Amino acid sequence: MDIVIETRKLSKDYMRDENPVAALKDVDLQVACGEFLALMGPSGSGKSTLLHLIAAMDRASNGEVLVLGQDLRALNNRQLARWRNAHIGFVFQAFNLIPVLTALENVMLPLKLTGLDAKEQLEHATTALELVGLRDRLHHFPRQLSGGQEQRVAIARAIVTDPDFILADEPTGNLDAASANDVLTLLAALNNGYGKTILMVTHDPHAAHYAKSTRYLEKGVLLPEGQAPQDWMANSTSAPLPSRWVALSETRPGPQ
Amino acid sequence: MTVPFSYNIRNLVVRKTTTVMTAFGIALSVAILVASLALVNGLRTVFANTSNPLQLLVLRKGGNSELGSTVSIEDFAIVRSKAGIAVDRSGQPLTSQELVNVVNLPSLDNPKGMNVTVRGLSPVGIEMRKVRLVAGRWFQPGQREVVVGKAMAHRYPSARIAHRIRFGKGDWEIVGVMDGGQSALNSEMWGDFNQISADYNQQDSSSSVLIRATDPVSLDALKHSIEDDPRLNASTMTESDYYQSQTASGAPLEFLGIFVAVIMAIGSGFATTNIMYAAVARRGKEIGTLKALGFSEGSILLSFLSESVLLAALGGVLGCLIALPLNWVTTGVGSMVSFSEIAFRFHVGIAALSSGLIFAVVLGAAGGALPARAAAKKEILIALREA
Repeated sequence: MDIVIETRKLSKDYMRDENPVAALKDVDLQVACGEFLALMGPSGSGKSTLLHLIAAMDRASNGEVLVLGQDLRALNNRQLARWRNAHIGFVFQAFNLIPVLTALENVMLPLKLTGLDAKEQLEHATTALELVGLRDRLHHFPRQLSGGQEQRVAIARAIVTDPDFILADEPTGNLDAASANDVLTLLAALNNGYGKTILMVTHDPHAAHYAKSTRYLEKGVLLPEGQAPQDWMANSTSAPLPSRWVALSETRPGPQ
Repeated sequence: MTVPFSYNIRNLVVRKTTTVMTAFGIALSVAILVASLALVNGLRTVFANTSNPLQLLVLRKGGNSELGSTVSIEDFAIVRSKAGIAVDRSGQPLTSQELVNVVNLPSLDNPKGMNVTVRGLSPVGIEMRKVRLVAGRWFQPGQREVVVGKAMAHRYPSARIAHRIRFGKGDWEIVGVMDGGQSALNSEMWGDFNQISADYNQQDSSSSVLIRATDPVSLDALKHSIEDDPRLNASTMTESDYYQSQTASGAPLEFLGIFVAVIMAIGSGFATTNIMYAAVARRGKEIGTLKALGFSEGSILLSFLSESVLLAALGGVLGCLIALPLNWVTTGVGSMVSFSEIAFRFHVGIAALSSGLIFAVVLGAAGGALPARAAAKKEILIALREA
């Protein structure tokens, strides 16, 4: 089984008010080719930090990140930028589409860094948008799209370069239940139908159900396979987040 | 590869109010610069068109102005006999004895009066210059009659045909209007040499002598022959050099214009910097996203620098458009050589417009450099967390 992502004794420390805070502690993780792994844990557990280190958006304090066998520490900023473009598709929680560009132009952005000519870029971007079901929204600006459609454009942008793996950071965090299901179904289809390796950070158990496997982080430590933080799980439900928010708001006293 | 240019264009369109305000500030600086250059170009054109490259002006030794120069009749006779002087159809040497003075006339711009040049000359002096009569007739010998230049007739209400002007020993009637093209001659008033000499009691001398050489080699020989002749107390200047020296009359205005343009440009530069810093701050998340997608620091820097340059270039084009109508504006400056007003049209040419645009682009690049660098150096994660 080919290993796409591997971390060895990976640690990340931050300084907060002149005090060191350990965001990640000696994380050893392996993600195999074709896997759809959900990385779960409570807020502040280090999920996003781990994702950012794998995406080469941040540098580790200690340990190694080997992606496709490449030690990311050996690359300078310029090489890392090229590397991100060539190997990673990143899906953000807040979609992060460029508001002044159309859906098609947003999807074409990563292709600007490839050797494709303008016609090929257009064909690739159109195909990617077709794949996410937005063939009829090519020339719409992000403000003209719903949240779910925006996230689907973001997914099209993530897959348009045919990256080796997709990193998704709370991809359903800003979506309603129906849109969240659409996006998760799409990610699952990319994994099942196209064999895309996906690492998804979420704290929504419902979202994690779409993944093939789940690993948990607690206070910067990656728990052994099959083990979850008990306190947090007890407070978590399998319902999608928005439904839980509705339920939560109903239990709170309203204005007097 | 770089971030698509459409990204920058659309961002400028989205924040159109700040774009227009900043561009307008730059446009004013550019317009002032172009106007200053157009003024000097206009003066240069006027003086270049006034001179004939084969003509030599004979002045008193050490003199550099017709107004302060005296050339005696005896000297004129010696000069006239020199070899290398071109002749007219009747075989007469092309030499013109001329008397120059100034008179004060109220103008449209200055009702209290401005000095204008009065030139006394004979028909050969007219023949040696590219002028044509556009209204009335030429002055008659022995009469108090003058012909005025076209610009003078336009700018001085009292310098119109049939009007009378008082100078010398009596009233002079304006009998014609002449057109010397885009030349300083349009700002002069011409009359009969003998009549004007008599009115100023200068019958035994003139201010200058204009001579035309047969060819460039003769011009040089003639120049040395006159200057080295021990009988003559005279120096020479080519007509081109004489009028070229008068272009300096526009130097203070040019300096003032460029000075004001630079001061305004500094202000516009800071405004551009401020606007671009605001753009960088507002688009932190977009910068983070672009970097996450693989765009390098260099690409981000180039993108924001392009946006700043584009903004300034927009101001540059606007400034050129503001300055362009000056092409149809005629103004006058006081010549430090002739102590009279020279009327000329601003000349907004390709060179002035190009200078204005280059000025704007440099301004945009200078103003946008620091914000573009700040954008390029943003840490991805910090940028992504920005609103």
